[in-house]
Amino acid sequence: MTMMKKLYTGAAVVALSTTAVAAQEVEVLHWWTSGGEAAALNVLREDLAGGGVGWTDMPVAGGGGSDAMTVLRARVTAGDPPTAVQMLGFAIQNWAEEGALADLNALAEEQNWNEVVPEALQRFSTYEGNWVAAPVNVHSTNWVWANTALMEELGIEQPTSWEEFVAAMQTAQDAGYTALAHGGQAWQDATIFDSIAMGAGGPEFYQAAFVDLDPEALGGAEMVEAFNRMDTLRGFVDDNFSGRDWNLATAMVINGEALFQIMGDWAKGEFVNAGLTAGEEFQCFRVPGSEGTVTFNSDQFAMFNVEDETDQESQVAMASAVMSPEFQIAFNLVKGSAPARTDIDPSSFDACGQAAMADLAAAGEGGTLFGSMAHGHANPPSVQNAMYDVITAHFNGEYDAETAAAEMVTAVELAQ
Amino acid sequence: MAAPDPMLAGGADFRTRLQTWLPKIVLAPSFAIMVIFVYGFIAFTVYLSFTGSRMLPSFDLVGWQNYDRLFRIREWDIAVSNLFVFASLYIVISTIIGLMLAIFLDQKIRGEGILRPIFLYPMALSFIVTGTAWKWFLDPGIGIEHSMHLWGFENFEFDWIKDRDMAVYTIVIAAVWQSSGFVMAMFLAGLRGIDNEILKAAQMDGASNFQMYRRIILPQLRPAFLSAFVILSHLAIKSYDLVIALTGGGPGNATAMPATFMYSYTFTRDQMGIGAASAVIMLMTIAAIMVPYLYAELREKK
Amino acid sequence: MAIASNDSAMRSSNVTRMFIYLVLLLFALFYLLPFGIMLVNSLKPLSEITEGNMIALPREWTIEPWLSAWSTAQIGVEPTGLRPYFINSIAMAVPAVAISTVLGALNGYVLTKWHFRGATWIFGLLLFSCFIPFQIVLIPMARILGILDIAGTTYGLILVHVVYGIGFSTLYFRNYYAAFPTELVRAAQIDGAGFFQIFWRIMLPSSGPIIAVCCIWQFTNIWNDFLFGASFASGGAAPMTVALNNLVNSSTGVREYNVHFAGAIMAAGPTLLVYIVAGRYFVRGLMAGSVKG
Repeated sequence: MTMMKKLYTGAAVVALSTTAVAAQEVEVLHWWTSGGEAAALNVLREDLAGGGVGWTDMPVAGGGGSDAMTVLRARVTAGDPPTAVQMLGFAIQNWAEEGALADLNALAEEQNWNEVVPEALQRFSTYEGNWVAAPVNVHSTNWVWANTALMEELGIEQPTSWEEFVAAMQTAQDAGYTALAHGGQAWQDATIFDSIAMGAGGPEFYQAAFVDLDPEALGGAEMVEAFNRMDTLRGFVDDNFSGRDWNLATAMVINGEALFQIMGDWAKGEFVNAGLTAGEEFQCFRVPGSEGTVTFNSDQFAMFNVEDETDQESQVAMASAVMSPEFQIAFNLVKGSAPARTDIDPSSFDACGQAAMADLAAAGEGGTLFGSMAHGHANPPSVQNAMYDVITAHFNGEYDAETAAAEMVTAVELAQ
Repeated sequence: MAAPDPMLAGGADFRTRLQTWLPKIVLAPSFAIMVIFVYGFIAFTVYLSFTGSRMLPSFDLVGWQNYDRLFRIREWDIAVSNLFVFASLYIVISTIIGLMLAIFLDQKIRGEGILRPIFLYPMALSFIVTGTAWKWFLDPGIGIEHSMHLWGFENFEFDWIKDRDMAVYTIVIAAVWQSSGFVMAMFLAGLRGIDNEILKAAQMDGASNFQMYRRIILPQLRPAFLSAFVILSHLAIKSYDLVIALTGGGPGNATAMPATFMYSYTFTRDQMGIGAASAVIMLMTIAAIMVPYLYAELREKK
Repeated sequence: MAIASNDSAMRSSNVTRMFIYLVLLLFALFYLLPFGIMLVNSLKPLSEITEGNMIALPREWTIEPWLSAWSTAQIGVEPTGLRPYFINSIAMAVPAVAISTVLGALNGYVLTKWHFRGATWIFGLLLFSCFIPFQIVLIPMARILGILDIAGTTYGLILVHVVYGIGFSTLYFRNYYAAFPTELVRAAQIDGAGFFQIFWRIMLPSSGPIIAVCCIWQFTNIWNDFLFGASFASGGAAPMTVALNNLVNSSTGVREYNVHFAGAIMAAGPTLLVYIVAGRYFVRGLMAGSVKG
């Protein structure tokens, strides 16, 4: 038997290595299409090519991945799922529940994923104890990005509390600058709200309201306080914020028109692209009030059930490549996020990257690492979007803080 | 159709019968396609609207629950009333502008050959292509308002796209931009099809230009009005990428439309049942508009 | 030229004519503006765009964005530019337009010249099918493409576009042929001409304008479609709009607006060309057909 197998393998290798290359292939559905992201993904592709696994690219940009998820549904319904799919948070769980995802346990065990991936991430990468996805990165979403020159000019120190934060923004506004650069799109409003709610209510409240969906927390005093703080922030954005893309808001900070922006760490790419250096021309710090906690979203690659054995091998090869430290470093350097593995040497990352990795590790140990509500890591998409509706309606002045908290309870109830 | 002639021999008889059946055979594939891909899918959607489908279709019936929820969702009310405002303004304004341009272009205009494609070209572009340009143009910070300020008109104000109550009108502007030229082409075709003799006769009777248009020309354009109405209402109800490109449904959800609502619930929010219910309501609305039109149109043709 | 040819009928004063010209020019400006913004910004370096004034002319003209969008911009992991997707779109649009036009012509011919009981009903049903919202057909369509084993291919896309194009193409041809003298068909029938002979020799030769209208309409719709292209074509077979969307709509990366605009104009190129070249026939075709009733 072994003899036969050896012979067979030998023959195959001799016959032509190209046939083996052609046979092994992954089709990857993703929405990383901007120059930097795609270049980073290319690292993965070349990695796989080195191991004789081909790459069929299937990018679908738009809507922060929602268009890609629509396409995925069409593909699965057609009985022709892609081999690997970029996914976020609850989508992975939902697909696993449908029984559509392949099991990566053998590889995970061999490479000891249980040890190197933080538990809060495993909550999304595993379903009923089985590994179904390979995490690529951890974006923390509770960052403030600040223009250093402007801070110095206005004599602003890095704020460490909500009051100081407000005071700093007041100073900027009085001096004629835009205090908070913001784009009025539902997901951006929610990104701010995420950090503000964490600051206003603390980790327990965050857990109760956004993860456990406890009506008392959803309509409670902390929630009202969070919405009140949103009202305060509303006073610090410029008149023209509505509908603005997040990167145009980042550009305002880069150009020195605006002091702060609250945004996930993908914003760093914009600064770096403009030739600025973290810790020097621009600063990053946790949203005041939410220090010590990290709200995150994590891009992962989920593998779909495929019949063909060579395809299954390719999936394992791909998952293994995703989890390799080299790729995790190369990709996250470009993307601005922290690696999903906690055992990565931070020395090649910039100041903000290192801070993110340190915060992440600390929060993971202290139990203050939370999936971000704004980015679909706290509750299912139906609830998440229902919350969006309320947050964005309130931020645009449709109703006051008390009503918003009450609406939150109703909206969540209807979405469940 | 010629009745089969009993006097003919067997071969010819077959031929004749084939000729009788051929039209139906030719029509059959289209008919089959339509039954499956349109009416079959509509039936499927109606069925889904009574199930608890979330991410993928499921087949557990839940009765009227989805409809019940649908009518309790605030955003749906907004979407429906937006569609009402948008569709009526869009259809009326497009028709007026289209008719006006057609009448003007029909006055022996020099350069008609250049103007016509300029009026018509927006129909060729999708909003994936022009969306960003429109967004910038309407944005007070970088678009027309900003430029007017730079040119010295300090008091010029145009910030509708940022204004909850006005944003839906910016969608009307962009939509009118896209299709009014097309409507113009339809009216122009209608105008050029009118019999000259009638006009001459009217003129002899001493009719003024205005009277001529009101009494003779406009009534003759009735088919063009109807076609324009059908195509415009079809575009209005389906307006999706327009809204996504311009406002993404914002500010807040002030510019949500039934089409964006349906997409969002079906695909983004994993509430396919509610999405299907909203689709059924949309289809019923379309039917309510289209069936009377079709009835009138088809009966008249006889 | 109903009115214009009749000079005395509609002679208007010079002031009125000036007014008419002014209005027409203003509207021309309005129609050209968005395209103008795109063109101007596609010729600027990115730094000038992010500075602020997006309507201003470039200080420094560059065609770099165009080159980048065409052949080096990153669409997914490969820096291929839009070029390969252009070919996909053509491979999809040309057969889909041709098939749906032929079917529409045959349907229109049957429905008007071989009227049988229930034909009006069938036409009514076909017409209503133009109004189905595409979002609802996505999932069941995917299932059927899977069963036919053409999911993810250009053939699948062609099928989808033909299916949802038949309604409009039938509408155009039916209205056009309705005005075509039935006596000619009857006369040919008496002379012994068959079903297809009549279509080929009598109907088709006079169908030029409506074929133009139908092709323009179908080509525009199919070329500009995004939803089906994204859902039913896998990576390599993706049409232009999907690639353009990947270029323009990346959510968390740096946005090169000048390249986006250049790509957008390119993607619109074929439809623009069709409108400009065939636009003349368009009005003529409409005149002869659908709006005459």
